[in-house]
Amino acid sequence: MAQKPPSSVVVASEGHHESEPGTAVVATGGVQNPGLEPEHQRITDLDPREEKKAERRIALFFSLSIVGSLIAAVSYIVFPIIPGDMQSVRLNNMFVGLGAAIGLLGVGIGAVNWAKSLMHGHELVEERHPTRGDEETRATAVEMFSQANRESGFTRRSLVRNTLLGALVATPIPAVVLFRDLAPAKDPIALMKHTMWDTGVRLAKDPSGIPIKASEVTIGSAFHVVPEGLMELEKHRLEEKAKAAVLLMRLPIEDLNESPERASWSYQGIVAYSKICTHVGCPVALYEQQTHHLLCPCHQSEFDVANECEVIFGPAARPLPQLPITIDAEGYLVAQSDFTEPVGPSFWERER
Amino acid sequence: MTNTLDNTTTEPGRGMRFTGWAANYVDERTSASTAVKTLGRKIFPDHWSFMLGEVALYSFVVLLISGTFLTFFYDPSMTEIEYEGSYLPLKGIEMSVAYHTSLDISFDVRGGLLMRQVHHWSALLFVASVGLHMLRVFFTGAFRKPRELNWIVGFLLFVLAMALGFTGYSLPDDLLSGNGLRIIDGMIKAFPMVGVWMSYLFFGDEFPGTDVIQRLYVLHIMLLPAILIATLAIHMVLLVVNKHTQFAGPGRTNDNVVGSPVLPVFAAKAGGFFFLVFGVIMLIASFFTINPIWNYGPYDPSPVSAGTQPDWYIGFADGALRLIPPGWEFVAFGYVWPMNILVPTVVLIVLLVAVALYPFFEAWVTGDKREHHIADRPRNAPTRTGIGAAGVTFYAVLWAAASSDLIATHFGMSIEGVIGTLQVLFFVAPVAAYFISKRTCLALQRKDREIALHGYESGRIVRLPGGEYIEVHEQLSDYERWKLLDYNEYLPLTVRPDDTGRITVGTRFRATVSRWFFEDRVEPITNKELEASKH
Amino acid sequence: MTTFARRSGRRHPLTFALLLTLGLFATGGIYAATSATMASAETTPVAFESLVDEGEKLFMANCASCHGMSGEGSEAGPTVIGVGALSVDFQVGTGRMPMAASGPQAAVKPVQFTQPQIDAMAAWVASLAPGPGLPEAKYYDAEGDAAGGAELFRINCAMCHNVAGAGGALTEGKYAPHLRDLQPIHIYGAMVTGPQNMPVFNDMNLTPEQKNDVITYLKYMDKNPSVGGFSLGSLGPVSEGLFIWLIGLGGLIAVAIWLTARSN
Repeated sequence: MAQKPPSSVVVASEGHHESEPGTAVVATGGVQNPGLEPEHQRITDLDPREEKKAERRIALFFSLSIVGSLIAAVSYIVFPIIPGDMQSVRLNNMFVGLGAAIGLLGVGIGAVNWAKSLMHGHELVEERHPTRGDEETRATAVEMFSQANRESGFTRRSLVRNTLLGALVATPIPAVVLFRDLAPAKDPIALMKHTMWDTGVRLAKDPSGIPIKASEVTIGSAFHVVPEGLMELEKHRLEEKAKAAVLLMRLPIEDLNESPERASWSYQGIVAYSKICTHVGCPVALYEQQTHHLLCPCHQSEFDVANECEVIFGPAARPLPQLPITIDAEGYLVAQSDFTEPVGPSFWERER
Repeated sequence: MTNTLDNTTTEPGRGMRFTGWAANYVDERTSASTAVKTLGRKIFPDHWSFMLGEVALYSFVVLLISGTFLTFFYDPSMTEIEYEGSYLPLKGIEMSVAYHTSLDISFDVRGGLLMRQVHHWSALLFVASVGLHMLRVFFTGAFRKPRELNWIVGFLLFVLAMALGFTGYSLPDDLLSGNGLRIIDGMIKAFPMVGVWMSYLFFGDEFPGTDVIQRLYVLHIMLLPAILIATLAIHMVLLVVNKHTQFAGPGRTNDNVVGSPVLPVFAAKAGGFFFLVFGVIMLIASFFTINPIWNYGPYDPSPVSAGTQPDWYIGFADGALRLIPPGWEFVAFGYVWPMNILVPTVVLIVLLVAVALYPFFEAWVTGDKREHHIADRPRNAPTRTGIGAAGVTFYAVLWAAASSDLIATHFGMSIEGVIGTLQVLFFVAPVAAYFISKRTCLALQRKDREIALHGYESGRIVRLPGGEYIEVHEQLSDYERWKLLDYNEYLPLTVRPDDTGRITVGTRFRATVSRWFFEDRVEPITNKELEASKH
Repeated sequence: MTTFARRSGRRHPLTFALLLTLGLFATGGIYAATSATMASAETTPVAFESLVDEGEKLFMANCASCHGMSGEGSEAGPTVIGVGALSVDFQVGTGRMPMAASGPQAAVKPVQFTQPQIDAMAAWVASLAPGPGLPEAKYYDAEGDAAGGAELFRINCAMCHNVAGAGGALTEGKYAPHLRDLQPIHIYGAMVTGPQNMPVFNDMNLTPEQKNDVITYLKYMDKNPSVGGFSLGSLGPVSEGLFIWLIGLGGLIAVAIWLTARSN
């Protein structure tokens, strides 16, 4: 029932103040507020027996609460945790919790019941006051500020005021600077461009650290790889792993599409790719041996191992970096060099 | 100066005499009687939807209580030690002290697992109830003057709640939350110019470093709760000063509050509700596992679990990341712009800012500068409800995207299909939700109009002398009719030249938006119609 | 309150609820009655000259249509020459084979053969060419190191099967199934043979002892339900979030409605 609006609007101001109503109209059609409904009598107001029953019911809830709290305290002792026995942990959790829950719910149900069935039920009215102060108060407030201004000369003494503001702005600056040592002194950009991989570093299994021979990697295998020596690091092990984690797979050679520049980076169908997703850094580890898809479980980026891990689905923007590998004299798989690009998510200085 | 108590009809007993003495002692030192006089019989209106804020408040109290217990047993250090606790599948495994103490709380401290579960379930409930409370405030227009500032305060509380949740669930340093931190690190690094430096500052080293859990701990138990409590205090003070809104009804006007007094009814109900909220959380924590950190193992950059999601309230951000198509990155002058991260970040910030600023937008559109203390029924503000529905749907699409792999496995779909569908819904669903809700509101308004004028169908069929059958309608009582009729109605702004005789671009734009808001309307009932209906 | 008191309408207030319940029972009942699972084919044991011959005859009857009359494969199924007895034991023993239709995902179905029949087919396939055979019993007795197994599981298996073995999504509609209540020999068989799209974990990648450790961990998970209570499917924050919205907040809203309702 949309109609052409009239050219003037009706103002309906029931309040004490002329606040501009904008484009509001009155909607009640002239009907007046009928006032509060007559008081509703509850069964407990009318029948004293019901009132007594309600009282007993509420007291019962409160009593149940006491029982519950006691159950919780007793269960703490009666259901101890026997180290290594998972069932004892379960029972402790359940009974202490159940007792405490009954203890709490009993109070809540009783209190609400009390309010609903026994407490004085009728609705009361409280008047609102306009939020803005009345004219007197506002005038007094203004006068107070004016007086303070006169007594201090805040607006008049511009040199004093401006230098104060400058000082207040400058005081927190040392605090900002103080946070610099939250980060170490090393240059993070340089760190991000290097991993533990280097010429001749053997590929080792995660978590044992045992190096891998090419002959051990059969078609369809997926090995989780770290540089040899990483697992023995005393410090910085996780930080190095967060850059150097690699997934090693073997595909049938005929399925592998390699560009000429990278033909020497694989070894008889064995390829090694960074496991750190180029989206935001989760481990990309779901390898499907038939489809050669590599899926990241965090945001579903998909990489095609048969095609240099190019992105075939999902929010990743770049293929996974490939680790050039070959074998050493004893047949162990080794890296030919570090990755030729920074691993992991993109960052501002990545291409420089 | 002793107080006399009114409700004793006989000699006051010992208990009453003590209370009298104690009350006097306190009042002589704190002016407590002034506080009681001001607040004791304050009126609070009674509607279930007004209790969502209470759920939030009480679950926060539960968080403080359970959290304090946990601080006695948890140690945020990232020093590596071997596991010496009683959970067999982790024996001898290298892990951080933070993870070890979290396991100890779960397996070797009586009641520890219970408190951990109470804490985490309560956290999920806290953010959920804050969100639903915000939606209630939105759809009833309770953010209008004089409550616009309290809306901003509340919005800050929502953000703080999410921050507290995120810092909290990262504290056990387990595989799931550690991967979450990894994702945050990737997002920080994507920022132009300062990204890598910010990441380095935050983690104190290359990722993961040995500092971040301790820093999150400080944020989680000290800084953020302190800021939240202060913000919450402001929120409650404004609530008391502005008084609560109420729905339209008999006896309720814009200038009064009708309901129950604080003492005794509201205190009993609100106090009782605290125990009920706590009790429900305790019940859930006794029977349902949450965040089984022992399954995930300690954080390590190599393993990852299928089904890696953050806690539900961070889901919309995770989902936004998943919806980006491949290849969104470009290099300009040798510098990398990862648009696949930057675009979702900007979208999320725009969404949050839009939520924060909505009251000011609507005030500008209506030009209504009066105070509003009557809560709208959503149907009586069709465009606002439509916008809200669109916003909720937009959020829901992002939220659903975060569980795309689980949707795929549980409904027999492919992840590519799920994400593709959600990519389409991202654009289509909010628009559809807007239209459907707005039209539904207008239809409901028409229905209300009919009922207000002509009453109910009573089920009695009467045959008139002329042969026709009619169904007798029963009129509403005055009280019911008032509920239907008492609402704010707006007309679109008519464009008028200002004092200098010009129509500014701003005015024209405002009139266009106003027309979009109020053009489709159901005409309110006029006096004449009402008279005519009473035949 | 903004709701109206129920007037004397045409219907009883509970009619809707009753009709809905009846409707649900009717549709559910009809569905249950018409979708009774097919009874597995009972094959009567027949005496054969040797296990291999019995296996060959079973293969011809049940498998050759896809895998070829000599196991050489066809358009519908790959070759089974060289897959070894272990593959047969896994695929047929878990009900994956015979497949209802060829495709990249072989779903677990009710097992269609007895263990002696499976052993026979495995013997025949093993006779075609050398391939992975059944391991010694000590490598799948689930008496290994649960902690070592858990660590290996997290690194090698959790990304597809989820840390608690609850399963997970793969690309293009495929999935990694859950690992609850499996027979240890089948777990072993899957690791060695790399069924469908699962990678191969040969004995140089995971030694037989390490495989037993993984099996030990999975059996530990089966024997020890979550200490915190119901696990909600072990799916993590998604099910927890759903639960808190529906049961937690929903329940508290119900409480709030009760609390603010008028007392009678």
